[in-house]
Amino acid sequence: MEFSVNSPILFIIVGAIIALVLWQSFFFLIKAMKRAKQLGIASSTLKKTISSAAIFTVAPAVAILVGIIALSKSLGLALPWLRLSVIGSITYETVAAGNALEAAGMNAGTTISDPSVFITVAWVMTIGIAAGLILVPFVTKKIQSGLLNVTMKDKKWGEIFNNAMFLGMISAFLGYVFCDVGLVFKGDTSGLIPVCVMLVSAVVMAICGLGATKLKIRWLNDYALPISLICGMASAIPFTNLLGGAM
Amino acid sequence: MKNTERSYMESVHSYGRTWGLIVAFVLICFPAALSVIFGSLPDFKMLLKGIIATAPMYWAVGIVEIFTYVPMLGAGGTYLSFVTGNISNLKLPCAIDAMERANVKASSEEGEVISTIAIAVSSIVTTLIIIIGVICIVPLTPILESPVLVPAFDMILPALFGGLAVVFISKNLKLSVAPIILMLALFIFVPALNASTVGIMVPVGVLFTVAVARILYKKGVL
Repeated sequence: MEFSVNSPILFIIVGAIIALVLWQSFFFLIKAMKRAKQLGIASSTLKKTISSAAIFTVAPAVAILVGIIALSKSLGLALPWLRLSVIGSITYETVAAGNALEAAGMNAGTTISDPSVFITVAWVMTIGIAAGLILVPFVTKKIQSGLLNVTMKDKKWGEIFNNAMFLGMISAFLGYVFCDVGLVFKGDTSGLIPVCVMLVSAVVMAICGLGATKLKIRWLNDYALPISLICGMASAIPFTNLLGGAM
Repeated sequence: MKNTERSYMESVHSYGRTWGLIVAFVLICFPAALSVIFGSLPDFKMLLKGIIATAPMYWAVGIVEIFTYVPMLGAGGTYLSFVTGNISNLKLPCAIDAMERANVKASSEEGEVISTIAIAVSSIVTTLIIIIGVICIVPLTPILESPVLVPAFDMILPALFGGLAVVFISKNLKLSVAPIILMLALFIFVPALNASTVGIMVPVGVLFTVAVARILYKKGVL
C-alpha cells in the first residue's frame, strides 16, 4: 500500500487499538463500582470521585493533545495518537521519537516520507518503553501481596508507609520545580517561573481548603485540585511575560 | 466478607494479567503490522541506534517505576495505568487526590476500589478528549499552539504538584522536612537533574522518605 504518515489504514488500526484500551477502562470501572457498592461505599462518594477525576483530567489531557500536535509534524497524526493515548507519557514519547529520528538523520520538523523510517520510529517507541507493559502482568500480584503482609502486621506503620511514599514522590517533583533557579545568578529569571506557578497553585489549594472547612463550602473541597491546577497554569502566562523566555 | 474480599482481589489480578498481556501483544504487533501493510522493513541499523539511545534508561526507569507505583496505585489502578500511561503527570495525582477526598487508604480494599475508579475515569476522559482533539485538529492547532497558551501547558507539573504538596505536607509536617530539603538541594545543585530526569528521582525520593519515616516511627516521633 502507498505509504503516508496520515494513511487512512493507520487511523483504522490505531482507532481499533484505542477502542480496546477504552474497553479495558470501562471493564475495570464497572467491576470496581460493583465492588464499591458491596463494600458499602456511599454512592455520593462514588459520584464525587467520578466527577472530580473527570474534571481534574481535562487540563492534563489537553496538555497531552498539545504533545500529539507537536509530534504530528514529523510522524503524522495516527502514530502519536496511539502512543499518547496508550502507554506513553509526553516526556517519554518525545524523547523516543527524537532519538529515532536523530538516528535516521532527520529533525523533528520534517514529515517522514519513507515507510522504513516510519516503521523504525514506531519500533523504537514501542520497545523503548515495553519494560513496564510486559512486566506488570507478572509482578503486580507479588508486589501487592508482599506489601499487604507488611501493612497488615502493623496498621499504624502501614499508614505512615503510604503517606511516606506519596510524600517521596511529591518531594521529587517539588525539587524539579526548583531545578533552574540557579539561572537567576546568571541574570536569567525564567527559572523562577515554575517556582511562582507552584506557589500560586499551593496558595489556591490552601484557600480552597480553608474555604471548605471554615465556610463549609463542600464542592470547594471536591474540586480543589483541578481549581489549583488551572489557576497555577493560568498564572504561568503573566509570570512568563514578566520573567521572560521559555524554559 | 473475607472470602468475597479475596475473590475480588484475585479476580482483579487475573483479569488484569489477561488484559495486560493482550494489550502488550497488540501494541508489539502494531509496528510489525505496519511492515506488512506498507511492504517495508525497518532500517535495522537505525533501529539499533534508536533503541540503544532510548531503551537502557527507560527500561531501568520502567522497572523501578513498577515497584514504586504499584503500592500507590493499587492493583486495578496499576493494570490500567501501565497500559494507558501518563502516570506521574495524571493518573497517580488523580488517584491520590480521590483517595484523600474519599478518606480511604491506599492499602485498604476501599482505597483499591476508589483508586481504580478514579484512574478508569481519568483514562476514559483522556482518551475521549484526545479523540475529539484529533478530529478537530485543524481548528484546534492554532489555539493550542498560540504563544499566549504555550507557557500554561509548559507549567502543568509545577501547577499540579503545588496543590498536591499543600495537602500532603500539611498532614505530615514532620515527615516532609527531610525529603524536601534533600530534593531541593539535589535539583538546585546537580545540573543533570531536570525535566527529563525527574522520573528517576521519584523512586529515590520514595525510598528516602520511607527510610526516614521508618527511623522517625521507631523513635516514636511519628
